[in-house]
Amino acid sequence: MSLAFDVLLALALLWSAWRTLATPDLARAVVMFIVFGLFMALAWARLSAPDIALAEAAIGAGLTGALLLDALGAFPPLKEGEKHPAGERER
Amino acid sequence: MNTAVRLGVILSALALGAALASAILDLPMPGRELPGAVVANLADSGVAHPVTAVLLNFRGYDTLLEVAVLLLALLGIWAASPGQGGAVASAVYPAGPVLQTLARLAVPLMILTAGYLLWAGAHRPGGAFQAGAVLAAAAVLLHLAGLLPAWASPGFLLRLGLVGGLLAFLAVAAAVLGQGALLRYPADHAGALILLIEAGLTISLGLILAGLFLVLAHRGGRP
Amino acid sequence: MTPGLIYALAGVALFVLGLAGVVVLNQALRRILAFNLMGSGAFLTLVGLAQRDGGVDPVPQAMVLTGIVVAVAATALALALARRLAQGGHGDG
Repeated sequence: MSLAFDVLLALALLWSAWRTLATPDLARAVVMFIVFGLFMALAWARLSAPDIALAEAAIGAGLTGALLLDALGAFPPLKEGEKHPAGERER
Repeated sequence: MNTAVRLGVILSALALGAALASAILDLPMPGRELPGAVVANLADSGVAHPVTAVLLNFRGYDTLLEVAVLLLALLGIWAASPGQGGAVASAVYPAGPVLQTLARLAVPLMILTAGYLLWAGAHRPGGAFQAGAVLAAAAVLLHLAGLLPAWASPGFLLRLGLVGGLLAFLAVAAAVLGQGALLRYPADHAGALILLIEAGLTISLGLILAGLFLVLAHRGGRP
Repeated sequence: MTPGLIYALAGVALFVLGLAGVVVLNQALRRILAFNLMGSGAFLTLVGLAQRDGGVDPVPQAMVLTGIVVAVAATALALALARRLAQGGHGDG
C-alpha cells in the first residue's frame, strides 16, 4: 500500500522535473523547480531522513527558489530557443 | 543546436539511464556494517542523534571543509558582483503593510525556531544546518519586507560573524589536536564541544546563506 | 522492491534528465536548474541505494545534508557569474 505512494511520489518528482526543463516561460520553470524541491522533501521524509527533509525544504526549495526568483529579474525575458545576448556558445 | 544533435543527446541520455537502472537492480543487498558501527559508538559521541553524531563527530572533518567551501562561495559571489560604479545605494524597496507586519511577527518566531532546532539537534532531527537555514530565511524575509538592506560592503561585525563559525571549529580542532588525532573529542566533553561548534556554525551558516541572497540582491541589475 | 530502491531509480532518472538538460538547453538559468536536478538525483540515489534493504543509514544522510548546502552555494555562485555574463560589456569597476 505504501509502495504505491512511493511510486506516485517518484512519478510526481519526475513530472515536476520534466516541467521545470520543458516550460517555455522562465518564471514558470522556477516555480516548478520550487514544487520539485517540496516533492523532494516528501521523498526524504519517506526515506526516514527527517534532517534532510528539513534542510531540503528550507534550503533546497526555499533559499534556492528565492535566489532563482531574484535572478529572474536580472535576465531579459527570453523564450526558450531565442539567442541569449551573452553567454551563448556557438552551436 | 539542431534537432538531430538534440535527439542524439536525448537518446544517449536514455541509454545511460537504462544502463544505470539495470546496474542498480543487479546490486546485491548492502552489508550493514556502517550503521551498526555508528549505533555502537553513539554513546561516546556526545549526542544522541546518529545523523548529528556522524555530521559533527565521526565525519567532522567533512563539515569543517564544507563551511570553508561555503565561505569561499560567498567570497566568490562578492568578487563576481560588479564593483561600486557610481552611486550604489542598497535598494530597500517598499513593501506593503501586510508583508511588513508578517515579517515583524514571523522573524522573532523564526529566531526562536532556529534556537530550538540547534538545541534539539542533539536528541532528534535538527542541528546547525537546519537552524542556520531558518535564520537565513528570516534574513531574506526581512529584506523582502524592506526592513533589512542588502549588503553593500561588510562591516567588521558582519565579517566576524561570517568567519566566526569556521574559526570556532578550527579552534576546537586545534585544541584537540594535542591529543594526536584530528577532531577526536575527549569523550566526556564531546557533547559540550559539539554544542559550541554547532552554535558557531548556526550563526555563521545563517549569515553565509543569507549573504548568498543579499549580496546578489544588492548587485543585481533591475532592468 | 523497497522504497529505497524506488527512489534510487527515480534519482537515476532525475540525474539523466538533468544531464540531458545541461547539454541541450541554451539559457544559463535553465542550465543551472538542470544542474540542480542532477544534484538532487544524485542525492536520492545515494541514500536510496544505501537504504535499499529497508534500513536507515545515517552516514549517507549526513553526506547528503552536506551536499544540499554546498549545492545551494554553488547555485548562488553560478547565478552571480551568469548575471555578470549577461550584463557584460556595460563597463564595470
